[in-house]
Amino acid sequence: MSLINTDNWPAVEVASHDALTPEIVAFIAECRTRPHPESYLIAVLHRVQEHFGYLGAPQMDAVAQLLRVPTSRVSGVATFYHFFRLQPRGRFMINICMGTACYVKGADRVAARFRDELGIDFGQTTTDGQFSLHDAACLGTCGLAPVVMINEQVYPHVTPDQVPSLLEKLTEVPAK
Amino acid sequence: MSTELVRLKIDEHHVQVPVGTTIVRAAERVGIRVPTLCYHPYLSLPGACRVCIVDVKDIGHHMAACSSEVWEGMEVVTNTPVLRQARRDILELILDNHPRDCQTCERDGHCELQNLAYSLGVRERLFEGERKDIPRDDRSRAVIREPNKCILCGRCVRICSEVQHVHNLSQHGRGFKTIVTPAHGAAMDDSVCIQCGQCIAVCPTASLLERNHTEDVWQALADPELHVVVQTAPAVRAAISEGFGSPPGRATTGRMVAALRMLSFDAVFDTIFGADLTIVEEAHEFLQRLAGGGPLPMLTSCSPGWINYLEKFYPQLIPNASTCRSPMTMTSVLSKTYYAEQRGLDPAKVYMVAIMPCVAKKYEARRPEHCDASGRPYTDAVLTVRELLWMLKASGIDFWTLENVDVSIYPSEEFDAPLGITTGAGTIFGATGGVMEATLRTAAVKLLGDDSAPLEFREVRRVPGLRELDVQLGDRTLHVGVANGMGNAAELLDRAARGEREFHILEMMACPGGCVGGAGQPYPPSAMREHLDYLLQLRAQALYKIDGGTALRRSHENPAIQQLYRDYLGEPGSPRAHELLHTRYVAKMPRGIP
Repeated sequence: MSLINTDNWPAVEVASHDALTPEIVAFIAECRTRPHPESYLIAVLHRVQEHFGYLGAPQMDAVAQLLRVPTSRVSGVATFYHFFRLQPRGRFMINICMGTACYVKGADRVAARFRDELGIDFGQTTTDGQFSLHDAACLGTCGLAPVVMINEQVYPHVTPDQVPSLLEKLTEVPAK
Repeated sequence: MSTELVRLKIDEHHVQVPVGTTIVRAAERVGIRVPTLCYHPYLSLPGACRVCIVDVKDIGHHMAACSSEVWEGMEVVTNTPVLRQARRDILELILDNHPRDCQTCERDGHCELQNLAYSLGVRERLFEGERKDIPRDDRSRAVIREPNKCILCGRCVRICSEVQHVHNLSQHGRGFKTIVTPAHGAAMDDSVCIQCGQCIAVCPTASLLERNHTEDVWQALADPELHVVVQTAPAVRAAISEGFGSPPGRATTGRMVAALRMLSFDAVFDTIFGADLTIVEEAHEFLQRLAGGGPLPMLTSCSPGWINYLEKFYPQLIPNASTCRSPMTMTSVLSKTYYAEQRGLDPAKVYMVAIMPCVAKKYEARRPEHCDASGRPYTDAVLTVRELLWMLKASGIDFWTLENVDVSIYPSEEFDAPLGITTGAGTIFGATGGVMEATLRTAAVKLLGDDSAPLEFREVRRVPGLRELDVQLGDRTLHVGVANGMGNAAELLDRAARGEREFHILEMMACPGGCVGGAGQPYPPSAMREHLDYLLQLRAQALYKIDGGTALRRSHENPAIQQLYRDYLGEPGSPRAHELLHTRYVAKMPRGIP
């Protein structure tokens, strides 16, 4: 009886490699040699997000296959942690501090203005790919409340009225 | 579990239990049932819902009885006004976020949350909580999700990973917005789901349900143009009476057939006919492989959940699977070919309804491999036992009042010929090890001749999850394995793959206990919810009892099968048999990670 090869693992493996970078694939392979490779899931996801800017479904599937962790667990972890993003992030990552001090100083009004101006909610990205809006629990600079962080830059004492001009200035910066 | 004993006091009772016993289990020994909700006997103990809280002397807080082990000298109190109030409060908080639609819910009357609300004494609703507003996911052919009714007990997630090793369901997001879905929120049919439906069987509410086919069946029954036939799987007769309040373990084959006739089916067939036919084809296939060098081990193919698991998790072993269609599909195919021709019926007017203890059969029935040339499924509708029970009740048919029916109009309790003529071998398909025993009964005769072949193979019965053993047939030793639950199946397959053991044949069943524990069976009666092994054992015993009382106990001795081969199929494994009774499998994506 001639047997056809019904194993699709080689195809799955190639697709998984294609979805990631050689460095990430090598890191996963290294994790697999250690005890409890599944415990490196978050470390792997950090590297994926660092490279791609977010965790896409093809990347999560690839991590699952290569690390041998069920895909539902990978997406479960990815959706549990605030830090992980499931959509591509915008060119500008706007983090509004909603910590106690900022909140008392009107962070909610600042946030509302950002939402209105951009037409998106927390966790979303504008359709032109320019801005992502996020809330942060505390940025640790309560003396500057209310504080907003855009990419690596900290903006102190932000008022709702400053929001339009702030956004306008950012869009004037030419994309790299 | 250790044999060392621990002495403790529960309420006024002194009791001794083995080290490692939980408070819930110890309390049972003195006749006390502590209420539970997230607890399930097959699963890990998360202690998540806190409904089972008790007080323990010198411990300053309530303890979860389901997940706390007893210790020497422990003094447990299970029932005080404070405990009763606390349990009620916990349940009320769950109810505050739960839809208030019990009367229109499919689990009305069978819902653990509802029963608990009654037994804990929730008699008024003081608070109104936030409700979830997540769309129902009815994209699947078999398993429907209703996230708004989910109380996040995690039983479905645990059975899917701990017992089935499918790991399809997981909690996504966090806090109030947590939702149980497959990876990326995919539709069940596009995920690694194997459609076994065990998530439905363990769900305490109606958050997971089978796709309902009852409306299709009502319509078919009302259509005068259609010749509506029905078939019932072996395990159905062992459990259907539970739906009418009977204690488990009482087979009611005749009542079931009579009730189906009263529902106005035109013919009542038996899936056991298909099981006998499966054995004849499968034994032939097996002996051919044994003589011709493989591929071995041969894997059985009756359980549709297992077949889905094979295609997604072990596609490299697809050539090992028996190509036999399942007993259900064989019976359906023959009802629209052989039977239709015999009766002069237009096959397009024959409508097949299958009553199954199974959820995955709904998926199997819709596979393109099991459709005719025009694309119509051979099995038009699949009803779980629960769905049939509802249809009977909706029609005013009660098993026990059938006793009062005038004998002159009482419908026949016998299945119809020819697809209702059966043997004891096909009957035991419904229990774990049954397919193996039935195969061995026929294979033994083929290998050893009629006179010296053993009939019973009790060593493959009552398999607790998995068993591997050697069966001696004359001078030949067969290495066989039986597994129920996909985690156990994976363990056997991995052992074989690592070369630790060579097998000739493996019986694989997706559900714990085999079909008697299928996800389409009646929900366990509340008194047995925590003793499922016992429940499944009672149902299996009912099937073995039928087998023991049957004159013909080897599938190939079935006269209707012999005639089928003479008049229609030719020999086992003939081209005609292959065309009608065999199928193929393909690797499916996404690939699962066991």
